[in-house]
Amino acid sequence: MPTVSVKRDLLFQALGRTYTDEEFDELCFEFGLELDEITSEKEIISKEQGNVKAAGASDVVLYKIDVPANRYDLLCLEGLVRGLQVFKERIKAPVYKRVMPDGKIQKLIITEETAKIRPFAVAAVLRNIKFTKDRYDSFIELQEKLHQNICRKRALVAIGTHDLDTLSGPFTYTAKRPSDIKFKPLNKTKEYTACELMNIYKTDNHLKHYLHIIENKPLYPVIYDSNGVVLSMPPIINGDHSRITVNTRNIFIECTGTDFTKAKIVLDIIVTMFSEYCENQFTVEAAEVVFPNGKSYTFPELAYRKEMVRADLINKKVGIRETPENLAKLLTRMYLKSEVIGDGNQIEIEIPPTRADIIHACDIVEDAAIAYGYNNIQMTLPKTYTIANQFPLNKLTELLRYDMAAAGFTEVLTFALCSQEDIADKLGLDISATKAVHISNPKTAEFQVARTTLLPGLLKTIAANRKMPLPLKLFEISDIVIKDSNTGPAFFPGRCAEIFARGQSVGKLGVLHPDVITKFELTMPCSSLEINIGPFL
Amino acid sequence: MEPGWRWELSPVHLLRLRRHTQDDDTLSPALRLDTFKMAMHSPDSGSGGSGPGQDTLSTLEAAMADGPVAELLLRRLEASDGGLDSAELAAELGMEHQAVVGAVKSLQALGEVIEAELRSTKRWELTAEGEEIAREGSHEARVFRSIPPEGLAQSELMRLPSGKVGFSKAMSNKWIRVDKSAADGPRVFRVVDSMEDEVQRRLQLIQGGQAEKLGEKERSELRKRKLLAEVTLKTYWVSKGSAFSTSISKQETELSPEMISSGSWRDRPFKPYNFLAHGVLPDSGHLHPLLKVRSQFRQIFLEMGFTEMPTDNFIESSFWNFDALFQPQQHPARDQHDTFFLRDPAEALQLPMDYVQRVKRTHSQGGYGSQGYKYTWKLDEARKNLLRTHTTSASARALYRLAQKKPFTPVKYFSIDRVFRNETLDATHLAEFHQIEGVVADHGLTLGHLMGVLREFFTKLGITQLRFKPAYNPYTEPSMEVFSYHQGLKKWVEVGNSGVFRPEMLLPMGLPENVSVIAWGLSLERPTMIKYGINNIRDLVGHKVNLQMVYDSPLCRLDAEPRPPPTQEAA
Repeated sequence: MPTVSVKRDLLFQALGRTYTDEEFDELCFEFGLELDEITSEKEIISKEQGNVKAAGASDVVLYKIDVPANRYDLLCLEGLVRGLQVFKERIKAPVYKRVMPDGKIQKLIITEETAKIRPFAVAAVLRNIKFTKDRYDSFIELQEKLHQNICRKRALVAIGTHDLDTLSGPFTYTAKRPSDIKFKPLNKTKEYTACELMNIYKTDNHLKHYLHIIENKPLYPVIYDSNGVVLSMPPIINGDHSRITVNTRNIFIECTGTDFTKAKIVLDIIVTMFSEYCENQFTVEAAEVVFPNGKSYTFPELAYRKEMVRADLINKKVGIRETPENLAKLLTRMYLKSEVIGDGNQIEIEIPPTRADIIHACDIVEDAAIAYGYNNIQMTLPKTYTIANQFPLNKLTELLRYDMAAAGFTEVLTFALCSQEDIADKLGLDISATKAVHISNPKTAEFQVARTTLLPGLLKTIAANRKMPLPLKLFEISDIVIKDSNTGPAFFPGRCAEIFARGQSVGKLGVLHPDVITKFELTMPCSSLEINIGPFL
Repeated sequence: MEPGWRWELSPVHLLRLRRHTQDDDTLSPALRLDTFKMAMHSPDSGSGGSGPGQDTLSTLEAAMADGPVAELLLRRLEASDGGLDSAELAAELGMEHQAVVGAVKSLQALGEVIEAELRSTKRWELTAEGEEIAREGSHEARVFRSIPPEGLAQSELMRLPSGKVGFSKAMSNKWIRVDKSAADGPRVFRVVDSMEDEVQRRLQLIQGGQAEKLGEKERSELRKRKLLAEVTLKTYWVSKGSAFSTSISKQETELSPEMISSGSWRDRPFKPYNFLAHGVLPDSGHLHPLLKVRSQFRQIFLEMGFTEMPTDNFIESSFWNFDALFQPQQHPARDQHDTFFLRDPAEALQLPMDYVQRVKRTHSQGGYGSQGYKYTWKLDEARKNLLRTHTTSASARALYRLAQKKPFTPVKYFSIDRVFRNETLDATHLAEFHQIEGVVADHGLTLGHLMGVLREFFTKLGITQLRFKPAYNPYTEPSMEVFSYHQGLKKWVEVGNSGVFRPEMLLPMGLPENVSVIAWGLSLERPTMIKYGINNIRDLVGHKVNLQMVYDSPLCRLDAEPRPPPTQEAA
């Protein structure tokens, strides 16, 4: 769940009232947010780096608010405030408009070289915007939040924002050999080739995480203006030339990516959130994007979609009895402008470009339920009549567990994942003989394979409990994972037996081989019995 | 082929035997009472000797061993005027004080024969070094005496046993001086002809029992030099009891079959039990606390009419784990950082392809009233094998099987089993944990029904104050997190997650359109940690846990037991 950090006083100022922490927490809970932490920059630095470093840092109160992962429209102060104000019926949801420029439309031309690496791009212009330090910070922070969430760490979509007044269109989005790309990137004082940059950023704590997206590709994506100025090398870094500042008035926004739908959503979110600060509030200047096939599209889409849902469906799904008018009002509070139409049972809902999360009627039902208040819904028991059954394997397991304990054995609970060594070398087996299932991405050796026998877990339990009085009599009934039937661990010669039940082999018992005992760092003799309970079902 | 797997039973029996000793202090009071009862009626219970510092149920042997002393004590007491002191008696009888104390205790155990009052007195005693000085003089005096009139080389003096300490003390007492200009190194001479060994005198005073003649300051000086120590002496003041007698009849400790058949138990005195004694734990096996809690949850579901789903497959395909649940292929949960994927076998080869096609279409283009996610859905991604990240994959399989049965019959399902996450480990997160999941599928289920079922479920756990918060899950809509008010923490804490499965998940399976499926889930570890007051999950699960914890874990009664104090709560 993404966490958005906002200055409390700024938030209350925008909400037009103040709240106690408890009141605000309550409001968040009702709306589906979570006031995760109340802190300050000073407190954060002091926690992470100690009091000395924190000296002089700001002690302005920060609210850290957890936002549902599909609500990209709540990832910044502007969006949170708009969402809450509409919820509390203090404002009406603004209508976002795409407008054509007075002069020539900004154009972004995509060349076919991008097809293999990052084929999609969308663009828009925010005209006559007025930043303050806080607004500017929020603008940058929103891009970061989007990058981390819907953009999947820039793999699906990467955002570039530029001071349009430093550039001259039309722009070209192409892909070139890294050695042929050379520009001065953000926060550097001289020009580097793309190859050099990839090297430099290997040690950059922030950027190093994105290098893998293009690193081994023959061509890197790059955007130029008509004078050959590099706007950005997505998804890694923007050019320094067009960097935006708190004084920037006209912003050119481009989003490139491998997922066209998400690129459009990301662009819509940025412009809907920050067009609030444009001279003509909530208007966005269109940009034209020409695809390699010659087709051209205008962005941002800012599409409003109409959905029709029957009032009785909402009532039936939630378990309430509200009039269609009331339901429409509830939905309108959730940023979904709604009205009753047709036979008086139909509700027409307008899905704004900010609510890409609404993809089905069930999403609308949920919003109606939230606005109604989950905790106001009458709890009832379903009349579903059913006869309960236990899963036979678990039923037998339960019976065996009790009798094993009654026989004096103590139950342990060990991990299903372990090292190759545990199930092979230590048991005197070759790993290929174990028919084990192997993990492709273990973080440590403890997670290399799924256990093929319960024995290593039991022996490791004993090794960790050497101070306990003997005898130790342990058991475990749980799953093992094998690709095929396998060979068992090494036993002491002449002191092991295969167990047959109902004519089939179900397991083995015996005194463990001293080599096995030693490899588990034990010194005392140890006998084991391991059977498959499957055949007894 | 998907891999086969099986459940196994494996007791380990260690063959070397040794006497089992128990630490009773770690038992919970409830359990201790039970074992106490059992121990009292156990035929072996009389044979336990009294260990150091430990009472036993029976003091029979002790009383017999103390017989002669006890008898002496009673005679002295009869002759005494009011009572006698155990330490004084020991001194008079010329025996260890401990022997007299033993006799007092065994007489006490007989009931009202004597009364004994514990008294503690403080006394000054010389340390070993103090006694040596009282005998042979202080170090400084010994140094002084060893210096002849013509003086002594300092190096030689330092080699004396009392040299180092004695030299500096004698110097500060101004008894001696050092001539550094002497021809063959520094030489020590007497300054005075004679001196008073005050330290020795004071220690002798104390030895003579006249410590009170010394001032507080003088005593503390000696204590600082570790020559003197204050000791507390515990003695008994013994006086006659209401049933005082010098002849003690032997009391019975055990009721025997002979006494019952002859009826002699009616006339025999029985030795009272010491109910303060620790019980002897019977040898027994123990169930693991997490699995005890699992049994209780199974019981609750069965009481509520829920049928258990098969979950005997740790390995799952991405298809059933994610795609079938309408979780898009770019979802962060499908990242290598969160999920364990398999290298071998890497791919699931058997998938129900008709259904797979419907799932693919719903993800990429929508349908069933959905816009879909509008991305290129890849079969290769769905085939990737993994360790299931939730038991919802098992629910998806169960619901798919249900959808294939016509006509539709309503069901209530549950499962409790292990899931895997490739995440950062800490005090509350392991790579493996257990999920509890409940599912109800029927026509016309509402959010109100979900809340109603949750209320009943949590009531059975002893949780009655519930609150619901809107939330987001990729496969449920509406979704609600369940919070309960925690009396100890004085705040609302999340106890579960729930929702109504999305139509994009259910309709491609083939379930009828008007069937709703409500579901909820929670972890098994968290309620167990709260129940048993365990703060670190590593103390509960895995091979590193202390088996004593398993031995000691009490009964699991989810709805009855009071909560442990807040300081023991898991965060």
